[in-house]
Amino acid sequence: MKRWIAFWNILKKDIQNYYLKPPNISWGIIFPFAWTLMQLIRAPQSLEISHLLPGLMAMSILFGSTSMLAVTITFERRGRSFDRLLLAPISLTTMVLAKTCGAVLFGVLNAFFPVSLAAFLIDLTGTNWLLLSFGVLMIAVTATLLSLVIAVSVKEVFEAQTFSNFFRFPMLFLCGLFFPVSKLPVFLRPLAYSLPLTYGVDLLNRALTGRGMMSIGLNSAVLLGVAGLLLTLAERCIRRKWIL
Amino acid sequence: MSVTVVEVNNLRKKYGEVTAVNGISFRIEEGEIFGFLGPNGAGKTTTINMLTGLARPTSGQIMIAGFDAVKAVKRAQRMMGVVADVSNLYEEMNGFDNLCFCAALYGMRKKEREQRARQLLDEFQLTGAGDRPFRAYSKGMRRKLTIAAALIHQPKILFLDEPTTGIDVASARQIRKMITDLKKQGTTVFLTTHYLEEAERICDRIAFLVKGKIVRTGTVADLMTNSGNEHRLELVLDRNISQQSEAEFKQRFPGLYLQNRGENTCRLVAPHRIALSPVLRYLEEQGLAVYEAREVRPSLEDVFVQITGIEATNSNPEKEGGQQ
Ligand SMILES: Nc1ncnc2c1ncn2[C@@H]1O[C@H](COP(=O)(O)OP(=O)(O)OP(=O)(O)O)[C@@H](O)[C@H]1O
Ligand SMILES: [Mg+2]
Repeated sequence: MKRWIAFWNILKKDIQNYYLKPPNISWGIIFPFAWTLMQLIRAPQSLEISHLLPGLMAMSILFGSTSMLAVTITFERRGRSFDRLLLAPISLTTMVLAKTCGAVLFGVLNAFFPVSLAAFLIDLTGTNWLLLSFGVLMIAVTATLLSLVIAVSVKEVFEAQTFSNFFRFPMLFLCGLFFPVSKLPVFLRPLAYSLPLTYGVDLLNRALTGRGMMSIGLNSAVLLGVAGLLLTLAERCIRRKWIL
Repeated sequence: MSVTVVEVNNLRKKYGEVTAVNGISFRIEEGEIFGFLGPNGAGKTTTINMLTGLARPTSGQIMIAGFDAVKAVKRAQRMMGVVADVSNLYEEMNGFDNLCFCAALYGMRKKEREQRARQLLDEFQLTGAGDRPFRAYSKGMRRKLTIAAALIHQPKILFLDEPTTGIDVASARQIRKMITDLKKQGTTVFLTTHYLEEAERICDRIAFLVKGKIVRTGTVADLMTNSGNEHRLELVLDRNISQQSEAEFKQRFPGLYLQNRGENTCRLVAPHRIALSPVLRYLEEQGLAVYEAREVRPSLEDVFVQITGIEATNSNPEKEGGQQ
């Protein structure tokens, strides 16, 4: 019970203090929103829209969750208020989950902006919503944990942002959004398959169009595995770098 | 019978090649105010960090309230309140919300949190500032709210890292009063400070820390009486004692060492208490009027200088004038 009080209040504080602040809203929501709108209006046919949608969703999630976490953690580290979380009698895992939960939620919410816009333009009745939600959630979780690992490893907010971009853009280009992975040059393909986003996007594709490159089982296994790995890695980094 | 709240054995911390804390051991009894006194870089903050779980000891044991603070740090953390050397609350949140948030970290329920937050704001005379953001607080207010936040869950032991550095006299007094009040309620206090008078005024026991080692521990009274067996007498005269009289004095009282301190004062030092009348008689013979004679007891500062060989006034130039 005590743990949940702490968990919920950390989450609530982050949402109130950071997630609902103007700079984050503009980066996290408005930018992907505008971009989505632009792409959807440009696409002349409904077929193209349904092909574009997974990419737009993935991008919204990625921007939503990664930009948040980097800011909340690096800010609090620098002001030393983060020490309070390390001094609190809650386990490191509880603390990490509370800190990441907000970013995950934010990413998930973001993903449904493009979906609701697209709903006006195309017929989405064939969509497997359960699978779509799962795919969205897993993309958000892996993206958030990845940016947590980055946030733990750097000192300044701008470094966190830079490193996030270092991962964000290649991920977007390689994960099969713009060119199918099978059409990438051979030397880039292993890279594409090593990115969690590739598997997440494949899930979104299957949920929206019924077609995917890999099985749902494989996609889910990879995403869950990567999430577990990143969580362990993040905790280890925190123990090593922050508890001096 | 006294209960040991903190027990530290042979604690050591190395940062790469630098040994910040070099094998210290001490105990703190329940209800005690224990002061850690030392110059910059002595290892005070490092020690607090290790005791509270913000730093991992290289070796040694720490027991806090019966829990092993190295292996089961989360258990021990429930018992402690920690005030870091900087006031580290959330800048964008107001005073009241800051306190409530800190309470939530310890699992307190909403009603209890709000009640305790109001009570603490009141005790620290911050009620009027409760709805202002922390960012807008003055340095003294920031310090007070940070201390209040550490007390929100009524810890058994409170750690304070330089509670009054950079704070004006009135706020510092208020903070010291609050620390002694806590002691009356049975809270154990561990504090670090640069200010000798502060330690002298409020600490029950003091440890001098120099270059990562404890060079002396004891009650304030102990430290003062054991600091050599010198006795000093300071005299205020109507003018400065002449060199000739000084030389004669030395012949007449071979057991007394006379120091001319200028501004019409001189000091006598001896390994025993100094009888006044022979000295006064001699000075009268010399035509000197004595306005004042008092025994000078060594200050903690004298003791500190004697033990550490460091001039306390010069030991921390960059901290003077206050820092954040
Ligand atoms: N994170 C760290 N990495 C490397 N060295 C450190 C670290 N923290 C402290 N030190 C070193 O350990 C020594 C003790 O530092 P510490 O901060 O404990 O001193 P202090 O007594 O608190 O000093 P002050 O009065 O200035 O606060 C110093 O030499 C410092 O440079
Ligand atoms: Mg310090």
